[in-house]
Amino acid sequence: MSSLHLAILAPLVLSIFIPLFYRIFRHIHAGWFVLPIPIVLFVYFLTFLPETMRGRSLIEMINWIPSLGIKFTAKVDGLGLLFALLITGIGALVVLYSIYYLAKNKEKLNHFYVYLLLFMGAMLGVVLSDNLIVMYGFWELTSFSSFLLIGYWYERDKSRYGAQKSMLITVFGGLAMLGGIILLYIMTGTFSVTELISQANAIFNNALFDPALVCILLGAFTKSAQFPFYIWLPDAMEAPTPVSAYLHSATMVKAGIYLVARFTPVFGEHFLWFLLVTSVGILTLVWGSIFAVKQTDLKAILAFSTVSQLGLIMSLLGAGAAALHYEFLDENIYTVAVTAAIFHLVNHATFKGSLFMAAGIIDHETGTRDIRKLGGLMHFMPITFTTSIIGAFSMAGLPPFNGFLSKEMFFTAMVHVTEMDLFNLNTWGILFPVLAWIASIFTFVYSMILVFKTFTGKYQPDKLDKKPHEAPMGLLISPVILVSLVIIFGFFPNLLSDSLISPAMASILPSLLEAGEEFMVHISFWHGPNIELFMTLGVIILGIILFKTHAKWKKIYKAVPEKLALNRFYDFLIEGMQSVPYKVTNTYMNGSIRSYLVYIFTFFIVILAATLIGKNAFTFDTSNVSSIGVYEVALAILVVLASICILFAKSRMTSIILLGAVGYTVSLFYVLFRAPDLALTQLVIETISVALFLVCFYHLPKLRRFETRMRFRFTNALISVGVGVMVTLIALSAHSNKLFDSISQYYVENTYTEAAGKNMVNVILVDFRGFDTLFEITVLAIASLGIYSMIKLRLNRRKEE
Amino acid sequence: MRKTNNLILETAIKVLLFFIVLYSVYIFTAGHYYPGGGFIGGLMTAGAIVLLLITYDIKTVEELLPVNYRILTAIGLLFAIGTSAGSLLFNVPFLTHAFGDVHLPLLGELSLHTATLFDLGVYFVVVGVTMTIIQTIGEDE
Repeated sequence: MSSLHLAILAPLVLSIFIPLFYRIFRHIHAGWFVLPIPIVLFVYFLTFLPETMRGRSLIEMINWIPSLGIKFTAKVDGLGLLFALLITGIGALVVLYSIYYLAKNKEKLNHFYVYLLLFMGAMLGVVLSDNLIVMYGFWELTSFSSFLLIGYWYERDKSRYGAQKSMLITVFGGLAMLGGIILLYIMTGTFSVTELISQANAIFNNALFDPALVCILLGAFTKSAQFPFYIWLPDAMEAPTPVSAYLHSATMVKAGIYLVARFTPVFGEHFLWFLLVTSVGILTLVWGSIFAVKQTDLKAILAFSTVSQLGLIMSLLGAGAAALHYEFLDENIYTVAVTAAIFHLVNHATFKGSLFMAAGIIDHETGTRDIRKLGGLMHFMPITFTTSIIGAFSMAGLPPFNGFLSKEMFFTAMVHVTEMDLFNLNTWGILFPVLAWIASIFTFVYSMILVFKTFTGKYQPDKLDKKPHEAPMGLLISPVILVSLVIIFGFFPNLLSDSLISPAMASILPSLLEAGEEFMVHISFWHGPNIELFMTLGVIILGIILFKTHAKWKKIYKAVPEKLALNRFYDFLIEGMQSVPYKVTNTYMNGSIRSYLVYIFTFFIVILAATLIGKNAFTFDTSNVSSIGVYEVALAILVVLASICILFAKSRMTSIILLGAVGYTVSLFYVLFRAPDLALTQLVIETISVALFLVCFYHLPKLRRFETRMRFRFTNALISVGVGVMVTLIALSAHSNKLFDSISQYYVENTYTEAAGKNMVNVILVDFRGFDTLFEITVLAIASLGIYSMIKLRLNRRKEE
Repeated sequence: MRKTNNLILETAIKVLLFFIVLYSVYIFTAGHYYPGGGFIGGLMTAGAIVLLLITYDIKTVEELLPVNYRILTAIGLLFAIGTSAGSLLFNVPFLTHAFGDVHLPLLGELSLHTATLFDLGVYFVVVGVTMTIIQTIGEDE
């Protein structure tokens, strides 16, 4: 257990203590206990910076399930560190912001911070795990914590709907990804990303390569809200604003980006990868930006804008993968796409984070986020206005902010796509810069709508619930810090280039580097009057025109029929998934245990008889049978007698007692066959189940002994005889037909030497097959909770009536 | 449940109960070497409590033993998972057990196993689960 593992697990472990602190220190906001965790982790991860800058990476390993190749390998390289810093850095700011955003007396803070820490730990796990199975575990944990956080105000219908939607879509993608991981394992025999990369060339022509690629991308696209899976992200905005700023713009939705970046060395050279990543990215970019303009809720605009910006980063990574086709580094103009992707990733986290926080402040101080009700807030909230306008201008790609720089580089990368002599790009590649340009115009428009509709224009006090005023200092600290970063990265982009961008690029495009070499990244403001500059100028001019005439052309959106919307399709699918199985199930689940037993036993007889006959498996061999003594015969007669008596018992009580008699006799058999453990267990189980029957006795209807229908009795008789015959036949065949030696010899030999126990049964239970026991008791516990909740819920309902 | 006159059972159980519980604990601790273990021990303890339930009624037993069996189940699971995961701290695979002999002044040689801790988890879960089921069904009238 290294300090790196501890750092990853720290948020998960420490989250246990949050409810405790929350209870003991009621008067202190629980957020203050949480705040040190991301700060300490941020500082801790900063100490790795010198190492990754030198192109080195740190690997620590703990064995988990070595026989399956599953190890908890933590690896810090450029890419992982970039994300780890983002997660902890933004995390610290978000926690600080949430302390002032969520009232300590009204909210269930103990829940909130546990979920948040759960997410933080899971996310660190995703970006720092080298083993894909471990990463997958953390990946699903992020979906899970996101579900909990979106549904934080679970009494609201919309929160529950949004939480479910995000869960279903991201977990669907996660499962696809797991499939991809397993396919990769089948091809290479390893779960380690580092080893996968070294084997990438060998599997390039494998038949499973394409399916694996598509499966992994499904995981990335659902998580990063790419078209057409983006529909969960706008609904996820039901979460408290700190969560939206953290999970749904800065970190979790970038896990898909991370995945694509991580797998670029494996899949990047494949045409399908380039095609899917780049075109889905650019489509998402255009789609998201166009629909962002339509929205009227501040957070909805930001949600669609996040979708579109994620598409932008995705398309850049796709275009950057093309650089892998050129073996040399010098003059490899396509690496600029990867530089832009990483730079924009950081920039997006800063400006979008600040914008989300500003939207939260507006919501907090005015009571609404609807831009139709807002307006003229500039004079009431000067600081919020300043942060918003800087964030929005950066998002629109205006100088001198960081968004301008990465937007320029984005254009450069897209223009380069047309120059590639791969995949016939010189013919259809022109689509990319054109689409990028169109999307940028819309990005400009919604950025302007966001800030000017809110802060300028007519002040409408009658539409607001509260009298607006500037937010308290505490709420403003985090957005102000983020906005300062927007400006600092805008003026000094090269602060990032050597420290974060170049090492991260080395992780994404390792094959381009010779030993000891590194990417030379230099970001500058002025490139001379080139095509990118004119594209930006065009964006600004057309953007201003469209913004000014927005009221006139926004009716176009109504032309899109609601029925075709993706959300409709999702709702239809979900409804179908519930109603169709419900109908099917209702046809055979009639609520009577008798029928269910009939199904089970009929199935049992049919499948076993078919196998026995089909495989010609019945054998009967008496050569190895021990002699039958008086005791065995007596016991057998007892069992038979008791069973027959049950058939003629008049009351249920008699049946229960007779059934008990059968059970006790069976346990006597175990005594005869020298199996004391089994005999003991059977005895106690019989006792308890008879007691349970007695407890249930009260609830059972009177025994209907005289079922009149002949057919009913005949079927039951047939089934019971059938089961008896089948069990006998199988027992005889199993005894007569030994294909291999019994495993018992192994246990006899090893029980004492390996596990230092003399009771073989117990040693098997707790040691050799401890996993079985662990899961069995878990299942038992779940079953008991199920019974408890079913009965208690019924009781409560009855009380209410 | 209605009150019936079962004086014999009531008198007998006051003595019997301790023997049954003691025996169940013995069976649990001896499990690694002789017949027994957490599962049987747990069932037997549950059986003793069930006997109490039959003799008295649910309310009396709840006053006698104010145990929340659902929490007991959870504690048991924690024991089992904690013992299994604890081996990770020593850099050995999940569910690796350790054992050793200790010499105690009065009791003599005593063999200690982490497997017993795991089995204790099983014991708690079995008691918790059995009693949760019987109690909830019994309370439902």
